[in-house]
Amino acid sequence: MESFIIRYRNPVVLLAVLLAQVIGLAVQVRHTDAGGNTYDAPDGAGVRLIRLWANTVVTPPERVIHWVKLGVESVWFDYMDLRHVREQNRDLQQTIDRLRLEQAALLEDARQGERLQALAAFQQKYIYKTVAAQAIGASGSEQSRVFYLDKGSADGLGRDMAVIAAEGIVGKIREVFPHSAQVLEINDQTSGAGVILETTRIRGILRGNASGQPQIVGILADNRIQPGEKVLTAGGDMIFPRGLPVGVVEKVLRDPERDSFIDVIVKPAAHLDRLDEVLVITDIEPRFSPQEQQDLATSEALKGAEAAVISDQKKASQIMAERLPGLTDPSLPPDQQPLLDNSNPNPVAHPPQAVHPDRFTPGAAEVPASATPAPGTEKKPGPPTETRQAEPGRNP
Amino acid sequence: MTIFAMGADLRRDLEVRRYPLLVYGLAPLTALVLQAWLPRLLGRYAWFDFPLVVTVYFVLGRRSPIQGTLMGAGMGLFEDALTHHAIGINGIAITLVGFLAASLGVRINVEQFSIRMMLCFLLSLFSGVVYLFVYQYLLGLELELPWFTELFKAGGNALIAFVLFPALDRLRIRD
Repeated sequence: MESFIIRYRNPVVLLAVLLAQVIGLAVQVRHTDAGGNTYDAPDGAGVRLIRLWANTVVTPPERVIHWVKLGVESVWFDYMDLRHVREQNRDLQQTIDRLRLEQAALLEDARQGERLQALAAFQQKYIYKTVAAQAIGASGSEQSRVFYLDKGSADGLGRDMAVIAAEGIVGKIREVFPHSAQVLEINDQTSGAGVILETTRIRGILRGNASGQPQIVGILADNRIQPGEKVLTAGGDMIFPRGLPVGVVEKVLRDPERDSFIDVIVKPAAHLDRLDEVLVITDIEPRFSPQEQQDLATSEALKGAEAAVISDQKKASQIMAERLPGLTDPSLPPDQQPLLDNSNPNPVAHPPQAVHPDRFTPGAAEVPASATPAPGTEKKPGPPTETRQAEPGRNP
Repeated sequence: MTIFAMGADLRRDLEVRRYPLLVYGLAPLTALVLQAWLPRLLGRYAWFDFPLVVTVYFVLGRRSPIQGTLMGAGMGLFEDALTHHAIGINGIAITLVGFLAASLGVRINVEQFSIRMMLCFLLSLFSGVVYLFVYQYLLGLELELPWFTELFKAGGNALIAFVLFPALDRLRIRD
């Protein structure tokens, strides 16, 4: 026996290693009642030790490389950005002013919506608290579309928290380590998010395909779904709050396995391949956060002040209009001023004078003698005939 | 046959490549870090597998199937640990790659640069096939694996081998 093992030690070691890994896989993958097999990550109690080891080994060098990359980028881009920072600052200030006014206007609608939802015993969840994090690494596998964040459980992150970018949703946290976290992107084949089409209000489940494109699966063929339609989160998956942008419909394909179903390919709003900074939604509550409430209060206060400024500006323009020469005639009573004369709301627009007049030019056509009434045969004024009453261009 | 085996053993004993311990530690670690970090920069064009290339390089040089098996298993399991899939799928694939590469290293002359590049290309394809087999047939999980991506990946690995193998050759200990 010993000589057999020594003689065939190479294949024996190979078989032993393979067998150990196959047994390990068999322990991790389980058969479901639906007939298929599935791999489920362990519950929230912890992570597999080997994943923790791998993360501990790979994350520190990744963090260093990421810092170096950010440093180089910031030095270069700060210089480039400073060249136009004044103009951008002015534009941004104008945008903030406009958004504050809009926000204050929308606040009333939001409050009304809250009241109505409370009446309907339905609570809208608002994004209450977020944590900003940097994407520092990936899985390195095309078949596993996950990436790693530089924040972990020590920063308040937990499993199944939604990860979003400024443009739209990105994914959800799958594994949490003390100082890093693994995020499963929405374009992975094993992901799933409840979504709704904005216009047609059709709901479906979003997951990735083999090419890494998110697609909505399991919806019946519907001609109303057209490319360009916006896709939003539906809020039913208990991970993503309702109404967050997901992307737009790129194309609609027939489901190759089921005739009456279609796959809707979605172009994601977030740049999933080039993410640097993301937000992790750590808390959602049926009320506005203190920061949001403060912003709203500021908007309301500014709304009143800016409305007063706009009113003053209108008054000043009226005074200026009254004082402008030529626009008022002192010899006419105030109600007959030409500035205020709006008796004819649709003044006749005279056509421009023809450069080369011909017989079609208005006023140039010769009237035949037969069309001219003979002297003494002119009609006396009387009641209008039916023909004369007919409007031009209408058949009698 | 005996003469062939004896000759192979002698050649293996004589031509086993040796490296400083630091290289054995740093090269796989660097490969794993690059494999995890570069896809964030390159996105969908990350057609390479650094850990596999490094495994093939060291295993071809060491010419020991047992070492190849163990190194392949270690690198594969490490790669699996960075994904969200079950741990062991890449492990099995790269274990087989390590064993095959070491076995070929004993039997054929792998000193020629073009042969090592070709082996790297073919073993990358083999790894993709094993990965798909384990995932889809052994475990019965659903996975679509675009064959052209695997082809590009094998080409990318051959290109990396073109640059990396001569660089690592410079670090070997020469008697």
